[in-house]
Amino acid sequence: MPPETASPLDRKLERGGFDWSKVVLNGLLPLAGVVVALLVGAVFLLLLKVNPLTAYGALVNGAIGTKYGFMMTLVKATPLLLVGAGICIAFRANVINIGGEGQIIAGAIAGAWIPLAFSSLPGWALVPFSCLGGFAAGALWGFIPGILKARLRVNEILSTIMMNAIAVQLLNIVLQGVLMDPEGVARGTFLAQTAQLPPQSWLIRLSPPTLLHTGALIALAMAVLVYIFLWRTTIGYNIRAVGLNPDASRYSGIRVPFYEALSLTLAGGLAGLAGVIEVIGVQHRLMPGLTSGYGFTGIVAALLGGLHPLGLIPASVLFGGLLVGADRMQRAVQVPSALVTAILGLIVLFVSGAAIWSRRWAAKRRISAARGGQS
Amino acid sequence: MSKTAQEVLKRKTGRVEMRNIVKCFPGVRANSQVCFDVDPGEVHALLGENGAGKSTLMRQLYGMYRPDEGEIIIDGVPTSFRSPADAISAGIGMIHQHFMLVPTLTVAQNVALGQASSRGPLLDLKVVTARIIELAEEYGLKVDPEAFVWQLSVGEQQRIEILKALYRGAGLIILDEPTAVLTPQEVEDLFKTFRRMVAEGHSLIFISHKLNEVLAISDRITVLRDGKVIGTRAAKDVSRSELVGMMVGREIKALDPRPREAGVELLRVEDLHAMGDRGMEALCGVSFAVRSGEILGLAGVSGNGQRELDECLAGMRKSSGGKVLYKGRDISHCTLNERVDAGMAYIPEERMRDGAIREFSVQENVFLHDHESPEFRHGIFLDFAKMRSHAEALVHDFAVKTPSLDTPIKNLSGGNIQKLIMARELSRKPGFLVAAQPTRGVDIGASEYIHQRLLEQREAGTGILLVSEDLDEIMGLSDRIAIMYEGRIMGILDRGQASVEQIGFMMAGVEMGEALSAR
Repeated sequence: MPPETASPLDRKLERGGFDWSKVVLNGLLPLAGVVVALLVGAVFLLLLKVNPLTAYGALVNGAIGTKYGFMMTLVKATPLLLVGAGICIAFRANVINIGGEGQIIAGAIAGAWIPLAFSSLPGWALVPFSCLGGFAAGALWGFIPGILKARLRVNEILSTIMMNAIAVQLLNIVLQGVLMDPEGVARGTFLAQTAQLPPQSWLIRLSPPTLLHTGALIALAMAVLVYIFLWRTTIGYNIRAVGLNPDASRYSGIRVPFYEALSLTLAGGLAGLAGVIEVIGVQHRLMPGLTSGYGFTGIVAALLGGLHPLGLIPASVLFGGLLVGADRMQRAVQVPSALVTAILGLIVLFVSGAAIWSRRWAAKRRISAARGGQS
Repeated sequence: MSKTAQEVLKRKTGRVEMRNIVKCFPGVRANSQVCFDVDPGEVHALLGENGAGKSTLMRQLYGMYRPDEGEIIIDGVPTSFRSPADAISAGIGMIHQHFMLVPTLTVAQNVALGQASSRGPLLDLKVVTARIIELAEEYGLKVDPEAFVWQLSVGEQQRIEILKALYRGAGLIILDEPTAVLTPQEVEDLFKTFRRMVAEGHSLIFISHKLNEVLAISDRITVLRDGKVIGTRAAKDVSRSELVGMMVGREIKALDPRPREAGVELLRVEDLHAMGDRGMEALCGVSFAVRSGEILGLAGVSGNGQRELDECLAGMRKSSGGKVLYKGRDISHCTLNERVDAGMAYIPEERMRDGAIREFSVQENVFLHDHESPEFRHGIFLDFAKMRSHAEALVHDFAVKTPSLDTPIKNLSGGNIQKLIMARELSRKPGFLVAAQPTRGVDIGASEYIHQRLLEQREAGTGILLVSEDLDEIMGLSDRIAIMYEGRIMGILDRGQASVEQIGFMMAGVEMGEALSAR
């Protein structure tokens, strides 16, 4: 390899070595964004005549102040990590998957139906079976808009949103029909939920009495797997190539529509897995509203994590913590839940703003380095 | 025409001076202590290879970038432009390589765009039209103010751009590679306009890398290399070879491929028809053949069907009639992969769009075609060790200058990117190669290298279709030359059978017999 023109500057810029300032930038800036967002949120709180310090104290305390709170943070981070990992795959192929919610529901329905229907199976068979079934159902929910895009160039943003609506109604139908708790029917309560799943299908609690379960480890493993998949395999290479430059990909003989459909299918599968894990790990039964908006929050977490599965891990924990802490804050200072949502929105805004700013700043540093290096 | 507008138009920009300009972009110092000046009524050429910093310098004069250091002085007054609007009001106009016209509007509407109307909020198209006709007469520019821009040829659109600048009262006009898209005849017309403008007292800055044109039209010539001024010479006192020496820092070897017997017929195109993107027939019955060990040059002004032909040969565009035969086998309906497997290779025209992925590293781009070949993978996993050694070898063999194999390819110069694409395509040892505009926007050093490589491939028996707008390149490399005009082959000539002028005529649509008899 002839690095003839590689000046020491070039090498420094390209290889960089281990740049501490970069670590500080990437690690501290999002936190600074959170702080600024909380300051703006404090104005709202003051308008409601609530002491922001009390409110935020409750938020932080709720998220990380107690062992139980922190474990809850991890429980909430789990589905975000899975959905976000799928989003990483789809967005890397330049396919915008807004269908996380529907895919979670599809996965959850399959993940509840399998243990209920095969309750005689032992746990070591039932848990993987449910997970695979949920993954497959979510993948199907991603495959449909995927194939529509590949064959007919249907815009995936619209089709995935519509698939969300279909999934919600499908959930209502099964909960009031085939999967409704027979006990509820017998007692005449007709609650729209399934019976409790057989206990051998539940995921093991890692730290009782908290809700933290082995699903968190599955999610972590999936994030690492997605990283390997995207950067170490030929399929991942194709997906990234298609996302960055479909024309050059076509010219290289890569079947662009196939990889677009595949990425959406895999994203659906991972969201489906999040649905199963939520059912067999936390709820132990299927009921409405189980998605808690994870399908959308997962997108934001993935973007904040730089669409990188490993960057996504801290981002998921951050958002998990915010969800838990906001809940606690709402109860502690009696503010409307809309305000909590608004503060979450502010955090997203400022943290992504900080990310953009840091990128600009890094570019400027490169320029001044170039000046210093060559003059 | 109101009197004030007349006065504005007649106001000449005086002496413009750029002093010690420094401009940096991430990783590059595009301009380094550059000094440049233009006197009233002068054509000052800015000569240099691609990436020498010519456009960057001019964009600072036009207010698109702000210099990091140095000053711009107009008539002795230091000036700072915040935007092109500031530059325009100071009497500076710029004609970009890519025209800034709205195709769905008429000429008059385009000229009036963004200009204050003499009737306040109401359009004053009649006034504008009258003024356009006046200006057109004054400067000898043939235009129809009522025509829609999409109806106009490239040369006509360029005239509109010039007219726009004149209408806005530009005393100094910057022309960024204005001849790149024109036929030799159109270039002549353009130069007539330039002379007229200079006679009226305008000054021009003419950016180019074409020596003949620069010598033909300029008063002074400034050569830039690697962001620095190498020197400024009066055009009448400088020789072609001296300028080349200043541009590249060394002498260029003239190309002289040894004549050789071409081998068996490799590729045959029979009566090929295809539709263009706009739904009009772009290829209207193209036929030719390429033999092994032969370079067939395809000359023509861009947009006459070359692109569609390249895409048909690559299997990226469906033909609507006719046949493509490779080694006697009909491949008209084969996919790109099947053609590549059969031994064909492509250097696409739009290298950053079709040939490379900007954000991918040098190494990743090397494997755009081959990452799925069993040689470079274990199952579904990429074999990084093998990929790396293969990429290292290619980068070394083709003298690609890159800081490392992990550098995103967008950080490389155009010439090095093209060398890498060429390395990738030639590493498959193709039997037939389509090289579309292989040296467009590539610096002279890399062009020379690419030419050498193409000739080596020819020696090795590869059949090559060389599609290029650069007549020097076509004439220097090709064994035979096909001229394309409006989707048809105007004729196929042997090397040395025709002069540049005659080929130029055929590129402009003159039939072969007539062109060859023209003197």
